[in-house]
Amino acid sequence: MATKAVKFGEKLVTTKEFLAEGHSFCIGCGEALAIRLAMKALGENVIMAMATGCDEVTTTPLPYTSWRVPWMHTLFENTAAEISGIEAGLKILVKKGRMPERDIICVAMGGDGATSDIGIQSLSGAFERGHDFLYICLDNEAYMNTGIQRSSATPYGASTTTAPAGKFSMGQITRKKNIAAIAAAHDIPYIATACPSYHLDLMEKVRKGAEIKGPAYVHILSPCPTGWRYKSDLAITIGQLAVQTGIFPLYEIEYGRYRLNADPPELKPIEEYLKLQGRYRHLTGKQIERIQEMVNEDYAKLKEKVAAFPL
Amino acid sequence: MAEELTWKDLEVGNIITEAGNASFRKTGDWRTERPVLDKEKCIKCALCWIYCPDAAIKPSEEGYYEADLYYCKGCGICASVCPAGAITMIAEEEK
Amino acid sequence: MSCGSYNDDSGGGKMSRRVALEASHAVAEAVRMADVDVTAAYPITPQTHIPERLAEMVADGELNAAYIPVESEHSAMSTCLGAAAVGARTFTATAGQGLELMHEVVYVASSMRYPVVMAVCNRALSAPLSVWGDHSDAMAVRDTGWIQVFCQNGQEAFDLTLWAFRVGEDPKVLFPVMVHLDGFTLSHVTEPVILPEQSEVERFLPRFQYPFALNPDKPMTHGAFGPPEIYSETKLAQEVAFRNSKGVILRGWKEFGDIFGRSYHPVEEYKTENAETLLLTMGAYTETAKIVIDDRRNKGESIGLISLRLWRPFPFEEFRRAVKGAQLIIVFDRCISFGLGGPVFSEIRSALYDEEPRPKVVGIIGGLGGRDMSEEDFDYVINRGREIAEKGSDRMLETVGIR
Repeated sequence: MATKAVKFGEKLVTTKEFLAEGHSFCIGCGEALAIRLAMKALGENVIMAMATGCDEVTTTPLPYTSWRVPWMHTLFENTAAEISGIEAGLKILVKKGRMPERDIICVAMGGDGATSDIGIQSLSGAFERGHDFLYICLDNEAYMNTGIQRSSATPYGASTTTAPAGKFSMGQITRKKNIAAIAAAHDIPYIATACPSYHLDLMEKVRKGAEIKGPAYVHILSPCPTGWRYKSDLAITIGQLAVQTGIFPLYEIEYGRYRLNADPPELKPIEEYLKLQGRYRHLTGKQIERIQEMVNEDYAKLKEKVAAFPL
Repeated sequence: MAEELTWKDLEVGNIITEAGNASFRKTGDWRTERPVLDKEKCIKCALCWIYCPDAAIKPSEEGYYEADLYYCKGCGICASVCPAGAITMIAEEEK
Repeated sequence: MSCGSYNDDSGGGKMSRRVALEASHAVAEAVRMADVDVTAAYPITPQTHIPERLAEMVADGELNAAYIPVESEHSAMSTCLGAAAVGARTFTATAGQGLELMHEVVYVASSMRYPVVMAVCNRALSAPLSVWGDHSDAMAVRDTGWIQVFCQNGQEAFDLTLWAFRVGEDPKVLFPVMVHLDGFTLSHVTEPVILPEQSEVERFLPRFQYPFALNPDKPMTHGAFGPPEIYSETKLAQEVAFRNSKGVILRGWKEFGDIFGRSYHPVEEYKTENAETLLLTMGAYTETAKIVIDDRRNKGESIGLISLRLWRPFPFEEFRRAVKGAQLIIVFDRCISFGLGGPVFSEIRSALYDEEPRPKVVGIIGGLGGRDMSEEDFDYVINRGREIAEKGSDRMLETVGIR
């Protein structure tokens, strides 16, 4: 007898896999896990648009597909525009009586490159027009699929192939672009950050984003063993440390009001997070101190917002 | 396999109409290590099941959760998250 | 100026009316009568009157469509693909730089077989910036796999837009269709246009039934990536289907003629009987050229005009038949393909290479970036064309009206 759902406390998680087994994500990929969890929260009444990237190439080598939901991919920077067309198309077909009214969640997924860099324009447009869709950013903090090149989401001090650590370089010298803040600037109804290490929190946020009317944005940290250079079994540990050190805080913004989901009385030192990853191996003590300062600054700023606009 | 298809075999627009047809791919071949479950220690918390990026851990009879070796890539996440230390990673060559 | 461009002037149904319409608005009217579901367009001169008119129609309830004010042309085409993927009838319009900006999506539209219809108000490509008309934008998308037609006048702008939906959406076709209108010279001129009755349109244009619509009831994957083991096969399949769309293209025009009384053909043959010399033009400037042809024929000259209405798939058969017996073809291009010359000129030469006997083909380029072509200019083209055919040319490039 096949188990239909697994109980976690009060929550029931479906055993259905909407992302079929046998995909070719790397061994221990945090992004694959993030997507697997998100799909369980979304269910089968979805239409998905996905950007070029790890997610797309590991799941759809013609003539095979790992997707058990309706799925579309065209290019790299236009996923938000594509989902806008899907959403508006469905709406007008229902309005004109050519399709029965039904609850279909329009979901767009893209990596940090597709979301924060090449795709930021179409994302902004879709937010501004107010389409009813959920955008999920799978953030592995670099252009991983094409070979670990830097993105605007690559954190300060991380080494990538196009901003590598070297004799005269410490790797990334810019601060990670705060895409959630950019989403918030569009005044969309729901924004959240999530991490697969906190699986129920992630699924809850994806479900909320899917159900809310209007644009929703969920930013998921996706630990990458290949690009961050850590042992394949560490995705969950690294994700937990990201949250516990404050470098990737978990929060929600609902109609402009903030909720900090996890606020440990004391943040763990950032070094605990950095030392597990080869992409930070080159950092000097001073550089790590600087990173700690930046984490403290950013966390304090977030807490100010939470205090000023509490949910 | 793709190599056996001719141009006539492709659907219009190269659309794939059979959902999830990639699931025949045996990613278990990637492994260099595999998980072994000690049922005595297992508390059936299902964390290994939920945290597997490959959905390669399946609920089994009696409520345990076990690796489907057809798909399991041997990443070791299940072993690392198990709160009861019930999963050990052993070299694939070991029997 | 629209008389003589179609073979049967019966004027269509009893309730059809003849109105003065700017060609851009004629396109919008065709979109309205086709009951388009989704339109997403970014304004760019000289296309703006199309999305503006459509927005007005939606605002006044004349067109029941989702009007999506996208933030760029790249997004315009992308949004249209998303809409087409769920089974909506979609339309967009652009020009020049806009067409270039969406270039990669244009290629994808054909490869993924989404029947989007797009009007292009042909505009010269930057740099330098030019909002005025020429064919450089159209020539840059020759290879993208869209069915493409060129309009000469306002009636054609309406007719070919309507026809485009019929052909593109046909289950045996499923290819996107581009309708080219010369920027300003056609897009912005007001001409008499015969509008059909809505019931005639409904007879001509069936409801769009996209067989692969994204739907949770039958999950499909659109846009898988193509590893080397399969990519070549996908392209061959695309080309075979693209060439085979010719049958529906012709049938669509036949049905159009039967219902609306105006018949179109891939190649227009204007007074070509026994013509030794043929002038070949595309688009709105053709009508000026026709005046020159009329004039010369009245004076006893053995000359005619060929106009390519269907540009892609290239109408090899009809074209070769149309020029049989001619000794000289003078091709007028509104674009320079750098390092090559006139793009249409080079395609015409290539199309006739194996013909026995083979006419002489010469090419002259003009009308760039909004430069007008007068009757005198076409006179020059014909005279100079004959000169080149006789004595050859020592010029690197043959042009008209360029100082």
